[in-house]
Amino acid sequence: MEMMDTLLLSRIQFAANISFHILFPTITIALGWVLVFFKLRYARTGDSVWMDAYFFWVKVFALSFAMGVVSGITMSFQFGTNWPGFMESVGNIAGPLLAYEIMTAFFMEAVFLGIMLFGFSRVPSWAHTGATVLVAIGTTMSTFWILVLNSWMHTPQGFELRDGVAHATDWFAIIFNPSMPYRLVHVLLASGLTVAFLLAGISALRWVMGEKSAEVRKTLRAGVIMAAALMLVQIYAGDMHGLNTLEYQPAKVAAMEGNWETRGNVPLLLFALPDEAARENRFEIGIPSGASLILTHRADGEVPGLNDFVAEDGSRLHPPVNAVFWSFRVMVGTGMAMLLLSWSALFLMRRGRGIEGLPRIVLWAFLPMAFSGWLATLAGWYTTEIGRQPWLVTGVLSTKAAVGDVAPTLVASTLIAYLMIYAALLTAYIGVLVYLARTRAIGASEPQQGRPPSGAIQTMPAE
Amino acid sequence: MMNLFGDPAVWLPVVFAALMGLSILIYVVLDGFDLGVGILTPLADEAEKDRMVASIGPFWDANETWLVMAVGILLVAFPAAHGAILTALYLPVAIMLIGLILRGTAFEFRAKVALPKKQAWNQAFFVGSVMTSMSQGYMLGFYIMGLEHSIVAHGFALLSGLFLTVGYSFIGACWLILKAEGQLQLKAVKWARGGIWGVILGVGAISLATPLVSPRIWERWFSVPEVFLLAPLPLISAALILGIWAVLRRLPTDSDSFAWLPFAGAGMLFTLAFTGLAYSFYPYVVPDRLTIYEAASAPESLIIILVGVLIVTPIIAGYSALAYYVFRGKARDLRYD
Repeated sequence: MEMMDTLLLSRIQFAANISFHILFPTITIALGWVLVFFKLRYARTGDSVWMDAYFFWVKVFALSFAMGVVSGITMSFQFGTNWPGFMESVGNIAGPLLAYEIMTAFFMEAVFLGIMLFGFSRVPSWAHTGATVLVAIGTTMSTFWILVLNSWMHTPQGFELRDGVAHATDWFAIIFNPSMPYRLVHVLLASGLTVAFLLAGISALRWVMGEKSAEVRKTLRAGVIMAAALMLVQIYAGDMHGLNTLEYQPAKVAAMEGNWETRGNVPLLLFALPDEAARENRFEIGIPSGASLILTHRADGEVPGLNDFVAEDGSRLHPPVNAVFWSFRVMVGTGMAMLLLSWSALFLMRRGRGIEGLPRIVLWAFLPMAFSGWLATLAGWYTTEIGRQPWLVTGVLSTKAAVGDVAPTLVASTLIAYLMIYAALLTAYIGVLVYLARTRAIGASEPQQGRPPSGAIQTMPAE
Repeated sequence: MMNLFGDPAVWLPVVFAALMGLSILIYVVLDGFDLGVGILTPLADEAEKDRMVASIGPFWDANETWLVMAVGILLVAFPAAHGAILTALYLPVAIMLIGLILRGTAFEFRAKVALPKKQAWNQAFFVGSVMTSMSQGYMLGFYIMGLEHSIVAHGFALLSGLFLTVGYSFIGACWLILKAEGQLQLKAVKWARGGIWGVILGVGAISLATPLVSPRIWERWFSVPEVFLLAPLPLISAALILGIWAVLRRLPTDSDSFAWLPFAGAGMLFTLAFTGLAYSFYPYVVPDRLTIYEAASAPESLIIILVGVLIVTPIIAGYSALAYYVFRGKARDLRYD
């Protein structure tokens, strides 16, 4: 019983840490490249508005990066403090992948971040651009390695078990494991979308606060175009990822679809209350044969059912259904809202109508949607990670076998401490984004800066 | 290639233990100075605080990466020890992590908020720095006591936390002597003169305790000929301390010459103390329980990492040097544009 409590608390603690952590890399991965874009536009056009945009968003980048670094360090320690079984059994594979992340990504991004943030007046412009590019490459490399490891935990291959310990036999197979390419693309696009909506949302906020500047026009437009374009690619990539999951992790797909029996003509459920005890859904509302069509491209295509994943003694070998079923719907629902808003805005802004083309309701809709990328990303991660349960490494290591022997009271107290500090930091983070937007919008000089950034307030009359 | 230097199950753990030791040492010196600057902030006025933060701004993130590197090597090269050590150090690790979270974020937040809130973030920066250094010192002390729970062990660990905090503030003050000018530099010299006592006491206490805790370490220190081979360590340390002391009494000079000397001396002092510890505990990674050979990962995984290390380390060293070169000289205001 005591181990059970420790297990549950350790899972909640790791989930809390990783959920908090992923919010910030999700921003920095794509924002790094957006900053490169701003810098290159400035180099090409000589228009200082692009540098204004750079200096505003580089602050968001710096803050997000710091949040990502400190919460990331936390996780590297929690492998040992809470999940010693993970490294003991699959350390031979996870180890080198993590080592390559540190060596090829962490140092590079950390070192060049200093030059990128504070070196503009100290190094030539090309070197500053170069530092920005290297930081962006660093964050992307980091994404690559960590998703290789994460994907390997979902679809492990290229190893053999000796005395319960995994030994690598084929590094190519480990790195290019079946779900890696799909997951990597899906996550990179999610980062792009998160940043697109953050760009558009904060720009819309500045606009409604009265900052009708050329900079806000440009960043809002960039956000909308980026969102609309990436959303289409993401729907396709997400579909491909789903098909990959169907092939390698059918139990997860069964939980996502809320499908109990393996059969054809499975409906696409819009709403249902899956009941794991009764092993059926209540209050189902669905599109007939929808799930079969999406997953197999045939109306009578067979979709795996959860009842196939029950051991003879009645214990579950499939993930908890409700959590997976609902996080999947939150992700897709958020995605649909993102699709609708970005394409409506794109249409309304067509042919130089610009921000003025946007009705109030559309402009204001961007404010709450500024963080829609976070919601979709978290929901997506919950779908895939809870969907892997009861395994930590599919078929190799169960989650409960990896947990450390720490007193539950100790885990509970650190969990409370982490939750409190995360809540405070998240509040402060969002508060600072709004504050940065407001100081720009009302033209107050910024704290900590000797002089306001060049051309900070370029108020343009509304045409 | 793997068998070129003999049995890889023998030399690979040694190489990785050396790499881990090097990472910890680099971390202690580099993040030591920026933690130390954080610990010293309450002693400075508002403008000086900004300058102090500016002196570490471009570096702290990369400095902290060495901690990730060190724990990463422990994690990947000695997975069994990683679990054993970190579960034994559960609470101090959690406190350190919260400290690192506080100071890392406070660093960014304090530069981006209105003045009243900035004061609060200054506090967070200080508290986070102290939490980090106290818990690191605690872990060091507890590790030396063999990771065994007893009143003496926890008492010694607390003391060690205090000493490391003073030690970090000393190297932080030495960094400021190098990077600051005027009034702040004068203050830094004063802080360093006070801090050096903490270093002397700390190194002394740890040197006394280490052989007393473990008969094995006693044996390694005081048998012949080891005792003669080891003798240079304390002698050089003593000479260094005297040298730093003499220099501190004459700083700052009119032409600002020798401002780099205390920091270089402090770095060497940390290196010597660390060498002594590393010598004492080798070949154990968990004191008197688990050797590096027993705890090591499979050779075929270690060799993959080693190839990367050999290629990447010179590059990391190169661009780290570049960053210190770009931000050389006295600290200026940190500005994005």
